[in-house]
Amino acid sequence: MISFRYARANDVADAVRQIAGDPDAKFVAGGTNLIDLMKMDVERPTKVIDITRLPLKQVENTPGGGLRIGALVRNSDLAYHPQVEARYPVLASAIMAGASQQLRNMASTGGDLLQRTRCCYFYDTATPCNKRERGSGCSAIAGQNRMHAILGASDACIATHPSDMCVALALLEAKVHVSSASGDRVIAFAEFHRLPGETPERDTNLDAGEIITAVELPPKGFATNYTYLKIRDRLSYAFALVSVAVGLELDGDTINDCRFALGGVAHKPWRDPRAEAALRGRRANAATFADAADVLLRDAKGYAHNTFKIDLARRCISRALMQAARGTPQSQSSKKIA
Amino acid sequence: MTEVENPGSGRDAEKLPRAVQTTVRERVGAQSPMTTPEAVSVRLTVNGTRHSLLLDPRTTLLDLLREHLDLTGTKKGCDQGQCGACTMLIDGRRVNSCLTFAVMYDGARITTIEGLAADGALHPLQQAFIDHDAFQCGYCTPGQICSAVGLIAERRATSADDIRELMSGNICRCGAYTNIVAAIQQVMGRS
Ligand SMILES: Cc1cc2nc3c(=O)[nH]c(=O)nc-3n(C[C@H](O)[C@H](O)[C@H](O)COP(=O)(O)OP(=O)(O)OC[C@H]3O[C@@H](n4cnc5c(N)ncnc54)[C@H](O)[C@@H]3O)c2cc1C
Ligand code: SF4
Ligand code: FES
Ligand code: FES
Repeated sequence: MISFRYARANDVADAVRQIAGDPDAKFVAGGTNLIDLMKMDVERPTKVIDITRLPLKQVENTPGGGLRIGALVRNSDLAYHPQVEARYPVLASAIMAGASQQLRNMASTGGDLLQRTRCCYFYDTATPCNKRERGSGCSAIAGQNRMHAILGASDACIATHPSDMCVALALLEAKVHVSSASGDRVIAFAEFHRLPGETPERDTNLDAGEIITAVELPPKGFATNYTYLKIRDRLSYAFALVSVAVGLELDGDTINDCRFALGGVAHKPWRDPRAEAALRGRRANAATFADAADVLLRDAKGYAHNTFKIDLARRCISRALMQAARGTPQSQSSKKIA
Repeated sequence: MTEVENPGSGRDAEKLPRAVQTTVRERVGAQSPMTTPEAVSVRLTVNGTRHSLLLDPRTTLLDLLREHLDLTGTKKGCDQGQCGACTMLIDGRRVNSCLTFAVMYDGARITTIEGLAADGALHPLQQAFIDHDAFQCGYCTPGQICSAVGLIAERRATSADDIRELMSGNICRCGAYTNIVAAIQQVMGRS
């Protein structure tokens, strides 16, 4: 790890003033991703600004009936928050499916959104990686790519976004509140993370100098018919091969409204309006769900080691939609798949 | 490091009542092996002992305790958040100390495996791990026990499935999992 200057920020204005115009400065919140990457020399900030003292630790009701989550709310506090458990159980479930309790006790809401890919070449500074070093090449395309993307990848990068929480936030259509020295803005969740394209070094549309202050949930929480199904190499404490978050609104067995989002398959949590449209107004049954999976995966493309993910995703989508329709969401404790 | 007032440092002090340890073992000193211009001062209470330190900000809590404060009970496995060997409690919450910068925890109260026994009596979880033979090599054990202390304080686990899931951040290379769950259940049954 290179040497760096350490500074504490007192409030949001102080934090954005300290980071303004310093491209080599980084905020630190939970530290669980940044410190790891600093140890690997992947992140090399010369200044680290500690934002853990900022007053961004509240979970509050919004006047519009939603919930505003401060950027420093820890993953475990959020998953166990009574409002989240009751009104947004798919979010609580997705958080509990990620990492370990020690890590959830540290990880912050803002840091979770900005965690970087777990592509092994991104971590290994001895190998080319366009995300780490623009123009150096992508080692994964012809290398080890078992964990990599099957949707939305580019010739420059086939990495996936590793977050579980973000898959639920995509489903819930959260909004990301950010501040900078030049003012505040709100970014729709679908616009927050980017596809790699020709600029895989940029994971998100957060600009340099901006800080995430909060994540806002709209009122609609799909608290009755939902699930978060995560398939991974171990039953716990492993990143997703494929995960699916579902929210349904049913009238009898007719699907009135439907959303579903996938994790582990792309550079961002993956939603597809056409696949969701294929479900609306139809009967909630296996045939309908298989159709929706086919629509979502119509352009899926595998690489040497991850073509199995296409079939896995198809089955996960069908199973997750069935879990949600039956009102039997995946338990994150007993690992039995209902 | 200099100890300004240490009539009872080392093993002897551990025999003293807790309150006495706190007062007599206050330490002040430059902990950083190299004094860099970036050095940052930090105050921490570790197992009831207050420390005022001047640190290279790169120092993790794990390295601070092991390399500077001579508290080697907490183990380093992966140094990357992947094994749980370094689990300790910060203000009562279990965390992976390898992924912390110590300077971020100014004012915090830290508890490690060395701080669990009270007045010479083992912590109930320490005793339960012995009763249930919940370790072989013992390398993961300090982390397992600190993690279990955190788990019980969180009051979320009600079944063996819950314990297994909420302890999944602690890897045991010897595979003592069955007995670790039994040890934790024994203590949970009592509390
Ligand atoms: C072994 C291991 C296993 C894991 N398993 C999973 C898993 O299964 N699923 C999963 O989803 N995650 C998993 N994680 C990742 C974990 O969820 C993230 O590391 C965590 O969410 C990051 O949050 P943080 O607060 O610690 O971020 P930090 O490390 O503090 O910061 C991450 C990045 O965000 C920036 N940042 C932080 N806060 C802000 C802010 N408010 N505004 C602007 N920038 C900010 C920092 O500058 C940094 O670049 C795992 C991590 C480890 C180490
Ligand atoms: S997939 Fe992306 S992160 Fe991985 S080596 Fe290629 S460019 Fe780097
Ligand atoms: S040493 Fe910290 S988790 Fe492995
Ligand atoms: S007892 Fe050997 S690693 Fe757990």
